[in-house]
Amino acid sequence: MLSIKDLHVSIGEKEIIKGLSLDVPAGEVHAIMGPNGAGKSTLSYTLAGRSGYAVTEGSATLNGEDLLGLDPSERAAKGVFLSFQYPLEIPGVPTLTFIRAALNAQRKTRGEPECTAPQFLKLAREAAAKLKMDFDMLKRPLNVGFSGGEKKRMEILQMAILQPSFLILDETDSGLDIDALKIVSEGVNAMRAPDRAMLVITHYQRLLDYIKPDRVHVLAGGRIVASGGPELALELEAKGYDQYAKAAA
Amino acid sequence: MSLVTAIRSGDAAQLPGRRDEAWRYSDLKGVLRAMPGASPEAAAPASAAPLAEVAADNEIVVVNGRSVVERFVAAPGLARTLRLRVAAVTEGTAHSGLLAIELPEGSDLTIIETFEGVDAGYVSDFALAISMGEGARLERIVLLDEPADAISVSAAQVELSAGAKFRQTVIASGAKLQRHETHLHHPGGGADARLDGLYLLAGKRQSDLTSVVTHAGPDGTTAQLAKGLVQGQARAVFQGKIVVEEGADGTDARMGHHALLLNDGAEVDAKPELEIYADDVSCAHGNTVGSIDEDALFYMRSRGIPEAEARALLMEAFVGEVVDRIEHEPARDAVRAWVAERLRGLS
Repeated sequence: MLSIKDLHVSIGEKEIIKGLSLDVPAGEVHAIMGPNGAGKSTLSYTLAGRSGYAVTEGSATLNGEDLLGLDPSERAAKGVFLSFQYPLEIPGVPTLTFIRAALNAQRKTRGEPECTAPQFLKLAREAAAKLKMDFDMLKRPLNVGFSGGEKKRMEILQMAILQPSFLILDETDSGLDIDALKIVSEGVNAMRAPDRAMLVITHYQRLLDYIKPDRVHVLAGGRIVASGGPELALELEAKGYDQYAKAAA
Repeated sequence: MSLVTAIRSGDAAQLPGRRDEAWRYSDLKGVLRAMPGASPEAAAPASAAPLAEVAADNEIVVVNGRSVVERFVAAPGLARTLRLRVAAVTEGTAHSGLLAIELPEGSDLTIIETFEGVDAGYVSDFALAISMGEGARLERIVLLDEPADAISVSAAQVELSAGAKFRQTVIASGAKLQRHETHLHHPGGGADARLDGLYLLAGKRQSDLTSVVTHAGPDGTTAQLAKGLVQGQARAVFQGKIVVEEGADGTDARMGHHALLLNDGAEVDAKPELEIYADDVSCAHGNTVGSIDEDALFYMRSRGIPEAEARALLMEAFVGEVVDRIEHEPARDAVRAWVAERLRGLS
């Protein structure tokens, strides 16, 4: 599925990711944990293709295909989905219009037929019902005036409709109370599938109580400094990141 | 000093220019060094008028400033639609025209007013005098769809009576110099005015939306929303002035002007003004000039929407707010289609 080799990324003159390698096979959920400033968000934005993140060395491929040379929209069509830490508000664009535009743009890029309006409405209604969301909310402009929890649920709804193959969850737990966290986690867990993989980026172990990872990696100083099973997350929670500060330096 | 006196006298010294405060941003003197000759009589264009898909009960065609009628009186009672087609069928000449529209008490009229030019390089001045009786309702949709090298000034004097409802949406695509003025005399007395504007400018086009609303009596309402997109080296001017005279208590006036510059080199000159001489009023204005939100753009692209489409969606959403406020449904649909077509050229 996702394979990152010796990735170096700079923002301006400053190198943030300094030789990161990572493999996430299909069917697995990997967590990336790390202190603030470790490069967690840089990694997610680089994979999604945000401008201003210059890859100076290394590669990232999805199912053997290069990602880094593609436009963000092409990456999405290949199956990459970045769930934002702070989803953007899109004034004037109803949620349904937005998701349908995204779905059909992806289909067009892949050379698939467009989803008609009735087909799409059926899809959206089913997805909203599963997430226990009020369908009328989808008629409102995307995320405008929504609470933090509602915005995250909108991200899950988009995942459920767009059916990406590789999910990057960037600090998905931030700004969520425990009830919202449960609902969002259930939505994410429902996406787990043998042909889909996930990268869960988080500062705290809390999220991993709800989204159980197969592997945990510690990112510090722009590199993976430790990898292990789920027990690594618990160890980090107990001992903190200090022990890796030296390794990163 | 006005374009019409310059056209009639053939004397370019009569043109207003940047030294005149009201014309600071639309320098007629600067773009027109000498007055061209008078436009000839001409037949109406053979092509369909802009917004032709909107059905109308009556039609007035003004070609090179000339029309068969000088005055139109709306029939009281039923809601009616008037098409007012102002066309320039000439090249490099100047003309002026005027028309009076009266709405008797209780009448209800929608005006689909369009400006177009079949040939190029013309100079046009058009004046409209609108008077509304008590409780009359008028919705005026003005589409300025002119060639890039036209010089065109249009102005409406609007007199409201108590209880009248005036609705206006001006949509401008600019020209070499294109200005639309609205002068609204607001008597209060429950009269209610909406003056919206929308400009979509590209290339080297210029558009100027100028309005002066004078609240002369108590309990009047004015709502104004102007929005625009400016690309290339185009330049937009928005001058909105609301005057609340002494004694016009209970006035509720709101003005908003918001523009997006699509690239460096595009320009917006905005001059919102509130002059308030009464005490018990509720007035507000807001003015913003910004660019397309890059974060929102990346978010949309990361969901699979290609950049050009994402930009178009954001632009359409931005200006859609103005289009949505048009009450006449067929006109709203026609304007939406016209705007969508124009946006394709901008993105």
